[in-house]
Amino acid sequence: MNYGDRQNNKKKYLTMQAFLKGGSTFSKNKEKTAPTTSKDAKDLKETKKHIPWVEKYRPRCVDDVAHQEEVVSVLKKSLEGEDLPNLLFYGPPGTGKTSTILAASRELFGADLVKQRVLELNASDERGIDVVRKKVKNFSQLTASGTRPNGKPCPPFKIVILDESDSMTRPAQAALRRTMEKQTKTTRFCLICNYVSRIIEPIASRCAKFRFMPLSVKTLGDRLKMICEKENIQCSEEAMTALIDTSGGDMRKAITYLQSASRLKVDEEITKTDIFEIAGVILDEVIDQLIKACHSDSYEKLGTCVKDIICDGHSAMQLITQLHDKIVQMEELDDKQKSIICEKLAIVDKCLMDGADEFLQIMALTGVMMQQICHEQK
Amino acid sequence: MSLWVDKHRPNLLNKLDYHKDQATHLKKLVHGGDFPHLLVYGPSGAGKKTRIMCLLRELYGSGVEKLRIEQHHFTTPSNKKLEISTISSNYHIEVNPSDVGNNDRVVIQELIKNVAQVNQLETSCQKDFKVVVLTEVDRLTKDAQHALRRTMEKYMATCRIILCCNSTSKVIPAIQSRCLGVRVAAPAVEEICKILQNVCKKEGLTLPTELAERIAKKSNRNLRRALLTCEACKVQQYPFSGDQDITEPDWELYLRETAALIVQQQTPKRLLEVRGRLYELLTHCIPPDIIMKGLVQELISNCDGELKIEVVQSAAYYEHRLQMGQKAIYHLEAFVAKFMAIYKRFLEDGIADLF
Ligand SMILES: Nc1ncnc2c1ncn2[C@@H]1O[C@H](COP(=O)(O)OP(=O)(O)OP(=O)(O)O)[C@@H](O)[C@H]1O
Ligand SMILES: [Mg+2]
Repeated sequence: MNYGDRQNNKKKYLTMQAFLKGGSTFSKNKEKTAPTTSKDAKDLKETKKHIPWVEKYRPRCVDDVAHQEEVVSVLKKSLEGEDLPNLLFYGPPGTGKTSTILAASRELFGADLVKQRVLELNASDERGIDVVRKKVKNFSQLTASGTRPNGKPCPPFKIVILDESDSMTRPAQAALRRTMEKQTKTTRFCLICNYVSRIIEPIASRCAKFRFMPLSVKTLGDRLKMICEKENIQCSEEAMTALIDTSGGDMRKAITYLQSASRLKVDEEITKTDIFEIAGVILDEVIDQLIKACHSDSYEKLGTCVKDIICDGHSAMQLITQLHDKIVQMEELDDKQKSIICEKLAIVDKCLMDGADEFLQIMALTGVMMQQICHEQK
Repeated sequence: MSLWVDKHRPNLLNKLDYHKDQATHLKKLVHGGDFPHLLVYGPSGAGKKTRIMCLLRELYGSGVEKLRIEQHHFTTPSNKKLEISTISSNYHIEVNPSDVGNNDRVVIQELIKNVAQVNQLETSCQKDFKVVVLTEVDRLTKDAQHALRRTMEKYMATCRIILCCNSTSKVIPAIQSRCLGVRVAAPAVEEICKILQNVCKKEGLTLPTELAERIAKKSNRNLRRALLTCEACKVQQYPFSGDQDITEPDWELYLRETAALIVQQQTPKRLLEVRGRLYELLTHCIPPDIIMKGLVQELISNCDGELKIEVVQSAAYYEHRLQMGQKAIYHLEAFVAKFMAIYKRFLEDGIADLF
């Protein structure tokens, strides 16, 4: 963990402390989550059998959310009746950000009230300045009582979920800031994004920030095994490891891969190769061939090799990730050479993200490798 | 009369000529009557679209082949009017959102969300979802991709999305996380030969092996191109002969001449001349990255070992800027100027070495 992270964590800790201590604004009530589960069963039956596993196994209550203890503990406090701060969730895809806030809202307000009390705006909705001004404002101005229609208590506020906020323009965020300030009494905001740097500072500083970590090997393993059991499929230990490795901590990806693999192998055990194939991992032979071409000191050989890889449809991003792992381990290169290559790799990565041509970028990278391998004295 | 590429396009998964394993996999995947969102990627002319249509046919039967073209109209938040055409059947809809350029987000927000939300499948159909095929996803703006994210999750019960693109590098991680990737490799040269032979047989023609091989090699593993070339050869000369000329597109010749001009002389005057030629290519809608790659290939064959690497480095540099920038011509010209400088220095060093 670097210094900046630690600072951040400390800050987060302080904000959390402050509000964990904050008195409860409505009566403590422990409505158990039992009703939700029975409702779930009905839900599933209604939507028939074609429900992908990612949705089928989406956490239904806050307790179901794996690996994100910090945020879960805060949300649970609020389920017990404490106040909720404005929230900012950030982290890579498939780590449970959307699921967490949806589950929490359902638990806070119950299935009936949720539609009135929660406004979800995601990137598929128009979210220009006008919408923020009008829609969010109108919604948050309505008062919210502290009881449900059936007389049970619930939090006396509304929640505005702004999912995928990465794509909100700065002016729209600025407009949101004003609304956030004005509506503190009646409304809590929950912003969700992949990159926290896309959120303007005045908004970020008004929220309790929670970083959603890529899920750990153990969490992924446990959940995948649970799914395997429920769906009655066999997955070898090796395949399970491959699944966890290739998903990179993205639970959604892991589950999708598992379901796809289970389709390919009806009544058979899922193997490592199945997973690699589904995940688009490039075979070691291909990478080795490329590295061999870098040793040839022939531009033409290298060119043919790269062209073939691209014609085979391999993703350049995947290629450089796997290449990187190899380079770091290459014994014939000294540290200086490795750092020269890795610096180029970083540039290429950025260029690819910007949409530059894959052939030229990979040639530029492997060209540097070839120079370092064949021409630099150690 | 339709072109061979369309006329002999296979329409069933088990009729696909190559990557048969993958076809079987896809078949198994839809066998349960259901599949995840797909991200189909691979180089152009590798047969992605054909594979997708076969998949849909497998899923819904021949009904998906009754296609209609529709026009849709939208207004952007800033009151600009947009028009986009879609191809659809009763079961699926296909659209290329990048047709409307930077306003593609509106298409996703309005059209795709609507289609996904409203379930208009006939009750006679067994399936409870329809399919949206989005092409050229790598050309979608980031905004449009973000707009897809939640739609892909929320309406999963009624809708599956198939994304089709050349490279996944430009697809944001959040979208990749929501899809199963399907890589369609370009067919190998031998596979292309075989397909050419088959198609000719169906047309009642005999294709000499030698010619088939030459066409296949020239096509850069692009099947569409190979078939078009083969058909063009037929128009030019039939019966075929093994060593007949293979027609090349005009612009490729033109580009090669341009490269020759650059190698011949490195002066401001020549640069101006080359600029005119590049403009000519651009106005004929040849994509700038294709021009760049074509130039690089030609220029490099005139260079020595280490010089080649240097040239490809600067090509990569300027092509990246080209993608980021507004006007392609600036960056193409900058690359040519850079090449001239590198090449001239190389020649002068060579002369100096002689003395
Ligand atoms: N922490 C978790 N515990 C249990 N399941 C999870 C968790 N994280 C993700 N999942 C699984 O992954 C799916 C997607 O999660 P979710 O939609 O919450 O991701 P997200 O963080 O919002 O991703 P994105 O940034 O792409 O929007 C869920 O349906 C669930 O099946
Ligand atoms: Mg989400």
